[in-house]
Amino acid sequence: MSSIGTGYDLSVTTFSPDGRVFQIEYAAKAVDNSGTVVGIKCKDGIVIGVEKLIASKMMLPGSNRRIHSVHRHSGMGVAGLAADGRQIVARAKSEAHSYENTYGEPIPIKELADRVASYVHLCTLYWWLRPFGSGVILGGYDCDGPQLYMVEPSGVSYRYFGAAIGKGRQAAKTEIEKLKLSELTCREGVIEVAKIIYGVHDEARDKTFELEMSWVCDESNCQHQKVPEALLEEAKAAAKAALEEMDAD
Amino acid sequence: MNDINSPHSMGTTIIGVPYAGDVILGADSRTSTGLYAANRDSDKITQLTDNVYLCRSGSAADSQIVSDYVRHFLHQHMMQLGQPATVKVAANLIRLLSYSNKNMLQTGLIVGGWDKYEGGKIYGIPLGGTIVEQPFAIGGSGSTYFYGFFDQEWKDGMTKDEAEKLVVKAVSLAIARDGASGGVVRTVIINSEDVTRNFYPGDTLPLWHEELAPQNSLLDILSSASPEPMVS
Repeated sequence: MSSIGTGYDLSVTTFSPDGRVFQIEYAAKAVDNSGTVVGIKCKDGIVIGVEKLIASKMMLPGSNRRIHSVHRHSGMGVAGLAADGRQIVARAKSEAHSYENTYGEPIPIKELADRVASYVHLCTLYWWLRPFGSGVILGGYDCDGPQLYMVEPSGVSYRYFGAAIGKGRQAAKTEIEKLKLSELTCREGVIEVAKIIYGVHDEARDKTFELEMSWVCDESNCQHQKVPEALLEEAKAAAKAALEEMDAD
Repeated sequence: MNDINSPHSMGTTIIGVPYAGDVILGADSRTSTGLYAANRDSDKITQLTDNVYLCRSGSAADSQIVSDYVRHFLHQHMMQLGQPATVKVAANLIRLLSYSNKNMLQTGLIVGGWDKYEGGKIYGIPLGGTIVEQPFAIGGSGSTYFYGFFDQEWKDGMTKDEAEKLVVKAVSLAIARDGASGGVVRTVIINSEDVTRNFYPGDTLPLWHEELAPQNSLLDILSSASPEPMVS
């Protein structure tokens, strides 16, 4: 699946003979090795969930957030190098802000995704810059309804019903495909996403993790916010119960 | 004779009225330099995009330049977004230019159009560059003469005919009293399907108090009684 570049991988401005840019592919590996980020589009909004791997027991719960609000109506879950992700979020906030100042309306999510993707892509064009070692799942709610986009380190951006990046993305995608997203409300979606993240977490390999979730939906008045405490606890409990049921088989 | 060097101004009467989800814009057609009517047949309702139009008043040059710039930016915006512009965005772009250049510009503008999110909408952008969304908007020097009339006669939920009659009546009232408004009445109706332009020449407009009916000109009499050419 992956091959070494041997000489064609020293610079992001070098193509290999078979048309690949290895530096971008290596950047994507940084994302693949990070904690899973899942996003789904339910019938009334978006839910984003992150498997936040905790490096040290000394860390305060709730710190090192992986989900950020970009604007009132949109948010991003970040995977890969945290510092790189912070830059992408900063850029997205700035684009959203300047769009609203010029055009007098909140930035359409499609336009926001285009701008973030252009920026990420920009950093793959020059030898004096390195590609971002992080990918983001961007969810938002504008006058065209809820939308979910994913931006990869290559600068590619697609719109999705359900998306996952990080360590457990293969398993997560399989689980997402089983869901009937068009019939799910965000309340139900939060429970499902929690189950998926608990399900893909590899107890043996990884340390403990903290579940971080956010949504933007009718119930949250089209504002991007953390999933309310009570619902989050309910989701965690349901996810743990589902795990035990699986183990019991 | 200083007037001949006065900047072209559109004393003007402009109106924008939404009705039943669509929008009608109306204007007179006089462009004046001082006391001289430089153009008695102007079109003050300019197109920005297929679905958004602009009524211009104040300095003719200023309002034309502003509308040219906004048309350009709006088209760029539409290409980026991949769909028709919204009236709100068009109005905000006008506002950006009007406010940032308020020291140099003298324009009173009414933006009206139809988009799929909000339907028919009117935005007024008067002299200083405020933007205000209104259930109807009137502007220009002639509008002062029918503030009361409009307050009384405008109602929510008019039909297309009611709205158009109201607009034409108001502009003709203004033309009767305001020296800087005159000529013909133009209207533009914008809905979800298309845009219709209508034209009301002076002789189709009602006569108001103390206005004189048109009289036959001596020139008519002379030409009708011209003698047959002599044949030898």
